[in-house]
Amino acid sequence: MNLLESFRIALKALNSNKVRSALTMLGVIIGVAAVILLVAIGSGVQQEISGQIEGLGSNLLFVFPGDFSGGGGGGAGGPGTEIRKRFSLDDARTVQRRLGAEAIVVPVVQGPATLRAGNRTLRTTIAGANEEGNQVFNATYVAGRHYNRSEYSAGARVVMLGATPAGELFPGQSSVGREVSINGERFTVVGEMAERGGTLSGDQDNQVYMPTTTAQRLLGSKDLSSIIVKAVDPKRIDLVKVQIQRVLRPRFGDEFTVFTQEQTLGILSSLLGTLTVMLAGIASISLLVGGIGIMNIMLVSVSERTREIGIRKAVGARTHDILSQFVIEAVVLSVTGGIVGIALGWAGSAALQSVVPTEITWWAVTLAFFFSAAVGIFFGVYPAWKASRLNPIDALRYE
Amino acid sequence: MTAVQPQTGMRDSAGEACPGPVVLEARAVTKTYELDGVEVHALCGVDLQVCGGEMLAIMGPSGSGKSTLMHIVGLLDRPTTGTVTIDGVDVSQMDPNELAAVRNRRIGFVFQSFNLLARTSALANVELPLIYAGVSRSERIRRASEALERVGLQDRIKHMPNQLSGGQQQRAAIARALVTKPSIVLADEPTGNLDSRSGMEVLAFLQELNSQGITIVLVTHDSNVAAHAQRVVEISDGRIVADRRVGQRTVGAGQ
Repeated sequence: MNLLESFRIALKALNSNKVRSALTMLGVIIGVAAVILLVAIGSGVQQEISGQIEGLGSNLLFVFPGDFSGGGGGGAGGPGTEIRKRFSLDDARTVQRRLGAEAIVVPVVQGPATLRAGNRTLRTTIAGANEEGNQVFNATYVAGRHYNRSEYSAGARVVMLGATPAGELFPGQSSVGREVSINGERFTVVGEMAERGGTLSGDQDNQVYMPTTTAQRLLGSKDLSSIIVKAVDPKRIDLVKVQIQRVLRPRFGDEFTVFTQEQTLGILSSLLGTLTVMLAGIASISLLVGGIGIMNIMLVSVSERTREIGIRKAVGARTHDILSQFVIEAVVLSVTGGIVGIALGWAGSAALQSVVPTEITWWAVTLAFFFSAAVGIFFGVYPAWKASRLNPIDALRYE
Repeated sequence: MTAVQPQTGMRDSAGEACPGPVVLEARAVTKTYELDGVEVHALCGVDLQVCGGEMLAIMGPSGSGKSTLMHIVGLLDRPTTGTVTIDGVDVSQMDPNELAAVRNRRIGFVFQSFNLLARTSALANVELPLIYAGVSRSERIRRASEALERVGLQDRIKHMPNQLSGGQQQRAAIARALVTKPSIVLADEPTGNLDSRSGMEVLAFLQELNSQGITIVLVTHDSNVAAHAQRVVEISDGRIVADRRVGQRTVGAGQ
């Protein structure tokens, strides 16, 4: 009896037991699809978050006042970290002088603001930066331009609106060239930013951007919130970091911290790793449930199948005829179920894309497929293997 | 051995008349089961010769070992001791696959409970032995249809077993037993699950097959059924206690 004949027998047997075949396949399908979907969500979220951080530019350095190095390297120094000395514009200039063409230094000021245009009001956040701020904020313009160097030096009352204030204050029209009142002062809108969506660092759309000098005057403070440094050559970022530390140490001692993107990513990825482990745990449970489903169907049908094996042996089937039939049956079911499961998981994660970021991971597909297939094949073949070793009469009489 | 003595004599009285070759022979066959730690002797030294072309009934009450004997001579089971010879070939030393080949080519089975594959058409059930014999698909369908026609099921070939009456199922099973053109058909209580009319039909088939030269071994507890045979071997407590020719053979009611 050749392989083709074995295939024919196996397919006939599957066809004459449609419910059993369907239920077995369902176990594989559920296991595979659930794992693919869950892991896709987990890694999708992970990708999205790290993508947002990397989107800021991997060659960025964030210099904050205060010593965060003791706090587990964490980005959150927390309320416990007392900041005694803050940066001034002079510090930023010193850093820029030291780094020269190696880096772009952006002094950043942040503070609250109340925007008013006509009878509309909006509470928002000021982000003050120099004329090279767009290099680090990674923003695109819908209309208008960035404020220029002379506006920066003069502390001109010019402002770029994020997508939220632009939409709230000037709905359905361009804000460029219009006037707004910020904390009581009149500003001219020179640019409008594209929508960016919420990120880890808050709602970046609900911000207004203005020269650092203007922001300092508006907020009544000579301090900077932070200094952001962009290394021109990402490979030299560590060197840049060392230089920044050298420049600032005489004045600040250890009372400042330089974060690289890598550090920030490191902190987050350990957080996201936990998320993935959790999802993998849920996925393993679905695999287990699917596996038990397969096992149940296979074991429940053992007595019927053992009698079938008895009949086949009585009329002349040899051991390998029986085995090849059952192996082919199990493989066909498992592989078909696996493929359907992969298709379902893939379609499901595509459908979920609009709600939650998803990312198909090949290790999850492979793991789910092979685990389910292995369970299906084992529980399909093992009882058959046992039955095929019985005397035909014992198989025929099996209860 | 002494226990075997009297029956040997009896067998000789009937067996002497073996006109042709011996197709099936059991020699000093014993079968011992272990049931909950207790040894059960199903067969205690049975000698049996079945002549080519004869119709033999093995008769005995339930638990007498008659089915066990049939299963052993049909190679569905192995004896604990003793040898079985089929067409002059000792099968005691054969491996399971060789036994499967012998069952496939030389023996056809008919069981009390039909033992058809569920949810599988009559045609596919009858085809089954031919698949394992390596017969091509078109040839299989031709021969299986022929066999079904022979048992009068030509318009039921696509029916599933559960769509057939008991008598029809047993006829399908007979078609399956015949399809490989075996020299021996072993029937284990073939009428046991049937009403008397269907039972008569089945017995008539078996007699008809026998008249065409196929050796039939019929296992039954019913003397009326056994009366359809030419020779009756009575078995009790694992021993053959009588072996006689049937004087007034019942002729089955035809189809």
